[in-house]
Amino acid sequence: MNLFVVAPVIVPLFSAAVLLLLRHSQGAQRVLATLSTVASVVVAAVLMAQVSSGGIQVVQFGGWTAPFGISFVADHLSAVMVLIASVMALASAVYALRDIDPERERSGFHPLFQVLLVGINGAFLTGDLFNLYVWFEVLLISSFVLLTLGGRRAQLEGGIKYVSVNLLSSMLFLAAIGLLYGLTGTLNMADLAVELRHQDPGLVTTIAMLFMVAFGIKAAVFPLFFWLPASYHTPPIAISAFFAGMLTKVGVYALMRVFTLLFTGDVGYTHTILLWVGAFTMVSGVLTAAAQSDVRKILSFHIISQIGYMIMGLALYTPLALAGAVFYLIHNIVAKANLFLIAGIARRLTGSFDLGRIGGLFKAAPFLSALFLIAALGLAGIPPLSGFWAKLLVVLAALEAGVWWIAAVALGVGLLTLFSMTKIWQYAYWKPAPDDAPVGAAPSRLFYAPVVGLAALTVLLGLWSTPLIGVADAAAAELLDPSRYVGAVLGPEAAASLRAVLEASLGGDQ
Amino acid sequence: MNSLILRTTTMLLITILLLFSVFLLLRGHDLPGGGFIGGLTAAAAVALYVLAFGAQAANDMVRVRPRALLGVGLTAAVAAGLIAVLFGTPFLTGHWLIIDLPGSAEVKLSTVLLFDVGVYLVVVGTVLTMLFALEGQ
Amino acid sequence: MEVPFAVMVGVLFASGLYLMMQRNLMRFVFGLLVLSGSVNVLIFTAGRLTRGAAPVIPAGLSTPAGEVANALPQAVVLTAIVIGFGLIVFTLVLLLRVYERLGTVKTDELGDALVRLDDEDEV
Repeated sequence: MNLFVVAPVIVPLFSAAVLLLLRHSQGAQRVLATLSTVASVVVAAVLMAQVSSGGIQVVQFGGWTAPFGISFVADHLSAVMVLIASVMALASAVYALRDIDPERERSGFHPLFQVLLVGINGAFLTGDLFNLYVWFEVLLISSFVLLTLGGRRAQLEGGIKYVSVNLLSSMLFLAAIGLLYGLTGTLNMADLAVELRHQDPGLVTTIAMLFMVAFGIKAAVFPLFFWLPASYHTPPIAISAFFAGMLTKVGVYALMRVFTLLFTGDVGYTHTILLWVGAFTMVSGVLTAAAQSDVRKILSFHIISQIGYMIMGLALYTPLALAGAVFYLIHNIVAKANLFLIAGIARRLTGSFDLGRIGGLFKAAPFLSALFLIAALGLAGIPPLSGFWAKLLVVLAALEAGVWWIAAVALGVGLLTLFSMTKIWQYAYWKPAPDDAPVGAAPSRLFYAPVVGLAALTVLLGLWSTPLIGVADAAAAELLDPSRYVGAVLGPEAAASLRAVLEASLGGDQ
Repeated sequence: MNSLILRTTTMLLITILLLFSVFLLLRGHDLPGGGFIGGLTAAAAVALYVLAFGAQAANDMVRVRPRALLGVGLTAAVAAGLIAVLFGTPFLTGHWLIIDLPGSAEVKLSTVLLFDVGVYLVVVGTVLTMLFALEGQ
Repeated sequence: MEVPFAVMVGVLFASGLYLMMQRNLMRFVFGLLVLSGSVNVLIFTAGRLTRGAAPVIPAGLSTPAGEVANALPQAVVLTAIVIGFGLIVFTLVLLLRVYERLGTVKTDELGDALVRLDDEDEV
């Protein structure tokens, strides 16, 4: 029994329960909420270390053996995602200490934020498809409330779009689970990985497409992304930033999980679609960003554009490409959330998010300008920041796989991203403030703590990228060999039988 | 809704419903029933009270905040799972404490029951939160 | 028995999606209800249908006596119903707030209402 596999869920769940009881003491709530995210980072780091040294960790809930009970499985991908989610939660929680108003705190911001973290960590760790649905709903319902908490008109209007599209996605996800269960009689992902290799490939691919649409909505890929820019700019920045960094990435994680573990029977079909989806996502996101003038909307469209790179890595389906996709995930979560946090500080200094109405930040706040440059250039992929390695890996993988056009698209979109970031720099930081600019106020120093931390992480991942590339490589190796996942959950016999089936199908292709 | 008939029957029914909800909770260990359905029955009792006397009166009757019920319920459920960890078994494994009473009777206390009580409170807390949110207009 | 159920799921699914495409968001919620119902029936049917045999093991035995229904889809559907219930209640409360603050629940009027009414500036 390895407690650390379930601890990333239990720690925030337990704090949420206690936070619900502490409603009257906001001071105690703040302390406990922050401590809880610190504890989450610690347990996630221990889990990461365990997975690095001891391989895939598995826990069977209640001692019911797989495939009958619910399994929690931590492989390299899960562990690194849990770790980054906890780190981002810590950054957002510290930022939220000053950003969230007392009214929202009274309405339950702190417990909701913990429940959101519970849902995210649960989704990363579970080894059961229906359980994945449950965690998705846990994170969705708390994100619904967090998005509309405070009840401003813009929030409600954005909330309607976010809620409706995501509910549709959940229904499709559930229908796909039902069909998969009807086909195989199991919901354990390791068991499914074995069973699906014995089923009619046509039926399996049909269900795979339902999953692609359901997770595609959550990951905000082309053409299913409209809800994201319509809603992500409405809540307070501490919430926006965490959503921007983490929520779509849970969808990307789910796509990576099912399209490596379960649906690899017809890679030529499913992953080709994913490749086109990735290309269109990159291009449409970055082009629509160019037409915006609200910083948060520009950044929201860039979330979409960057998702395209990860989907591209998944679609190429080679060790290098998957490693690149994992590296990209981590790098992008950090850089993107940081850009939102920086935009929040800039908003407090200048009084507006609208690029046309603000300016002069370089003179007024040179330190913030430097932080913005680190995050923005990191996002655009300028060496030696983390984005450079992320882009380099996926582009190299595309060239290695001989898919020249997608490499060209990726590089072109990278250039446009740089252009977009230059635009923000030009308008908000470089040009002098217009005469009718709104008045801002000096923000609390506490806002800078998470921003500096995340910027340092962007630099660190760039200059000292070897450890993360090592983790990404290990994750890619596990994703490409489902028998390791199956072996950890169901035992060596199931893994051997899966390996035999996979080898037989490879032999048949040649 | 201001109806004398509804008010009078509500006062009778609410007792029965609440007792029945506890019965369902305890019965759920080996037979159909359990914390979830028990919690729903208890919440239905309060919903009936809301219909008969209004949300404010129901709020006064319940006394505790629904969110506090949620908190206590979640704590109980997580604690039930963690007790298993203390015994060195996987999270959420059931453990029983059997107390022998005079005669041949015995009382079985289990982490499963604690978990179910947690579910019961969470369900009551959730439904009441929703109910008061919708009725508090 | 599975075939008529499959047809029913298809009809319900189509009706739900049709309702969800309406401009009035109340109809969207009704569509959501129908859709989640159809998905629940789908899962239930996917577990194969067994009539009149509850999945309860009689006292004193450790395995079921005779044929029993598949318990897993029942548990899954129960969970899905609970989650669907919560989501729909949340959506209803959200719609109520939207109607209070923006004065409409028609999708094509929401944007205009926001531009017309939104004078809140937030820090």
